[in-house]
Amino acid sequence: MSEEHICTCHANDYKDVLLPQTAVVTDIRTDTPDVKTFRVVSPDGGICFDHMPGQCAMLTIPGVGEAMFSITSSPTNTQYKEFSIKRCGMLTEALHAMEPGQEIGIRGPYGKPFPVDTEFKGKNLLFIAGGIGIAPLRSVINYVRANRDDYGHVDVLYGSRSADDLVDYQEMQQEWMQEKDFNVYLTIDREQQGWDGHVGFVPAYLKELAFKPDCTAIICGPPIMIKFVLAALVEMGFSKTQIYTTLELKMKCGVGKCGRCNIGSKYVCKDGPVFRCDEIDELPNEY
Amino acid sequence: MQEIEKTLRSRCAELIETGVCDRVLAWDGGEFFYDNTPAVFASAEAARNIRYDCFCGANLSKYLIEKATEGKTCVLLKPCDTYSFNQLLTEHRINRDNIYVIGVGCDGMVDIDKVRAKGIKGITNVQESGEELVISTVYGEQRCAKADCLLEKCVSCKGKKHFAYDELIPEQDGQESEKNGRFDMVERLEAMSPQERFAFWQEELSKCIRCNACRNACPACSCRKCIFDNPASGVAAKANSDTFEEKMFHIIRAFHVAGRCTDCGECSRVCPQNIPLHLLNRKFIKEINQFYGEYQAGEEPDQRGPLVNFTTDDADPTAVSDKEG
Amino acid sequence: MKRLETSRINEFFDVIAAQQRLYMPLENNGSVNFGVYSQGDKYDPSALHTVKSAKDVFFPQCEAMASFVTEGKKFSVTPVAPTDENFVVFGVRACDVRGFELLDKVFLTDPVDNYYAARRSHGTIVSLVCNNPEETCFCSTFGIDAAAPAGDVIGVWTEDYLYLEAATQKGEELLALTGSLLTDGGDEEVLRRKEQTREIIKKLPLASLTTEGWGAGTLDEKFNRPEWDELSSACIACGTCTFVCPTCQCYDVRDYKAGDKVSRYRCWDSCMYSDFTMMAHGTNRPTQKQRFRQRFMHKLVYFPDNNDGEFSCVGCGRCVAKCPISMNIVKVIKAMGGKNNE
Repeated sequence: MSEEHICTCHANDYKDVLLPQTAVVTDIRTDTPDVKTFRVVSPDGGICFDHMPGQCAMLTIPGVGEAMFSITSSPTNTQYKEFSIKRCGMLTEALHAMEPGQEIGIRGPYGKPFPVDTEFKGKNLLFIAGGIGIAPLRSVINYVRANRDDYGHVDVLYGSRSADDLVDYQEMQQEWMQEKDFNVYLTIDREQQGWDGHVGFVPAYLKELAFKPDCTAIICGPPIMIKFVLAALVEMGFSKTQIYTTLELKMKCGVGKCGRCNIGSKYVCKDGPVFRCDEIDELPNEY
Repeated sequence: MQEIEKTLRSRCAELIETGVCDRVLAWDGGEFFYDNTPAVFASAEAARNIRYDCFCGANLSKYLIEKATEGKTCVLLKPCDTYSFNQLLTEHRINRDNIYVIGVGCDGMVDIDKVRAKGIKGITNVQESGEELVISTVYGEQRCAKADCLLEKCVSCKGKKHFAYDELIPEQDGQESEKNGRFDMVERLEAMSPQERFAFWQEELSKCIRCNACRNACPACSCRKCIFDNPASGVAAKANSDTFEEKMFHIIRAFHVAGRCTDCGECSRVCPQNIPLHLLNRKFIKEINQFYGEYQAGEEPDQRGPLVNFTTDDADPTAVSDKEG
Repeated sequence: MKRLETSRINEFFDVIAAQQRLYMPLENNGSVNFGVYSQGDKYDPSALHTVKSAKDVFFPQCEAMASFVTEGKKFSVTPVAPTDENFVVFGVRACDVRGFELLDKVFLTDPVDNYYAARRSHGTIVSLVCNNPEETCFCSTFGIDAAAPAGDVIGVWTEDYLYLEAATQKGEELLALTGSLLTDGGDEEVLRRKEQTREIIKKLPLASLTTEGWGAGTLDEKFNRPEWDELSSACIACGTCTFVCPTCQCYDVRDYKAGDKVSRYRCWDSCMYSDFTMMAHGTNRPTQKQRFRQRFMHKLVYFPDNNDGEFSCVGCGRCVAKCPISMNIVKVIKAMGGKNNE
């Protein structure tokens, strides 16, 4: 049926949930040897769309394709959106090769955000991140900082392979660490010259710090870290209803129709990426 | 065939019981009488359910790559399947020491679609009665000649002789045949004008739905990762996005298996759209025979195929490019 | 009830085709698939099933969604608008029409898929009662009556007449368009034919297949059934079952690059393919068993979970007929407790 004629006379007025809009990359910051943070605005200036912490967007590099990334900037930032992206495949390779001023495609937001205005409200919050896993959590953390009175005490435990691999290190030092009722604990996997902070894996440091289970824990990082952090939290007396994480699977449509990001009956793009850990227990073990 | 099935069942059960083999790779019965499925039988008891009748067209040799990695696996191979088996050995895809081959006799396998194409519907059973098939349907009984309903690969059967086996059931092996009419259709295509030939393939390949059944069933397509599945290749595609893509897929595949294709016919057997894909391979086989002398891939293990071997007598490559058609 | 002499069927097609694109089962080198009618094409009423289902009339195997142009650092998107032309699809069987209704549950729920929605609203379906259901048919398992298909116009084909009855406004319009060829009558004959079809359906080998008792136990128990190993063992990981299926709706979105111009298109994809869920850092379904299980769990557990218990199978039997190794949903249903109440 390839001979199908499709009318294009109204093409320019036409918007579709599957089609990207044009956006400009105005700034590219090199965070680590393999992570860059991209600042994206609409061609007329300002943000391309509203979002809530934890939501994602599809970025298009024409000819290379499209992939889903979590939005790392807070919704309270009305100037631009930021994406911290690790170089690990063809599309991210192409993103890393870009220069400021480059136009790309963007569509979103997708997914269920963290319940920042409901369940999280009034709670003490414990953020635990590993590596590029800080990206979605930074959105929540800066949202919490912007609405500081709505939340209790905040702890951030963040680890990476080395001191050079800590994403957003500058912002953490200059802004987060200056906040009231706000502790930042950093750790790296192995000893390194010039690093006088903690050394060791995130789950071990977590146990060492012995947080009381009087807070809501929010985890994001590599699957192996999430697994051990989750076990440690349960051991420390946390209930799974107090723990949130985000899951990542291959996505194409972002709206629960292309069929690939499901875990059981749930689609990560639409029902996630944020899940409460007791909800994950209800799903088949295939993520 | 029923006699062979009985012997096979007890012999396979015995092989497992006596510890000669850990499992048997054979055919299992299906929902109907015609939809036998390749299956692994891991116990003597299970092996007593092995099916062998005129609906065992599937070539089991490729499954050995995955199923015969541990212990000893017994496999049932029809005469034509043994060529693929040898070719897989030649290409070091399987290890002969792990495999016990029972060469099974074959009278030709039936294509249920050819029975259906005769307008016979609602089929509930087919039985062989000499040269005839007796077909029971919800609309009554019908008969037709078995020869008219054979799988395409059986129409030009290479013969009833096994080229690899540890034992044979029945014990007496058959003869190689004269490969009757194998190149008839290729010759008809060669006789067409380039425009006619192009139109023929255009029409056939336009039916392709890119399901990859031909590739995945092909014993010569044993790459761990196919170039068409590798996004980094730049040609990965699932879509029949244009007619060029379809042709490229099939032509590249035909080139890739050239000299290694044993003409087992699985590509055409599994094609849901009945595209005569084997004709592409047969064209290559015919050309190879012409330029390098008669060659049958898989006739024995460790052959050096003409396209991976150089001799000073080899045809000048321009002989190919100068050739018309 | 209206009727058309079957000898005049091409006149009927020509009247429609003069106004709108007309899809119908057409033979091409031995394979029957839905295609666009052009004058003189022959319709074969004995062809029960097309190889591919009728779904690609509404959800084509491949469709362009936009073209992108890059110029230096500039990037612009020119969308391909959804169709705004009416068309007719003739000769759809009850199972395939139910297939559309199941696709609707995916594509017409918020956010609506505009391409699919446009085709649905512009398409008029002429369904046909099955005359000769085959042994692979098991639509009754899913509560489908092959003698009472849904659609805009319901047709019954006999040797002499094609009986037509409009079921919707669109159907009325189609019959009005072709009115000069139609006469009244045939109610009794239609009833008789429908009864005949129902009688045959009862005799088919899978007539009493039921999902009752299928996959007892919790989700985890179903997911971890040992039968998955054996059932998936011979699967060659092709996409035949998914591509011939009327309800499989997974798709891929890709870019096709030619110089500075890029075409973004979507095409059918298959959960049976190893790269379906492959990301830069791996896949959550690395084995064929997992991919095989996903397909059947989706049809029999996940889809019903999200859609009021409705299964995502219509019993058309295409996978039964076309799977290269003869593994199919019937075997899965039976292996896990589904019964054939004989």
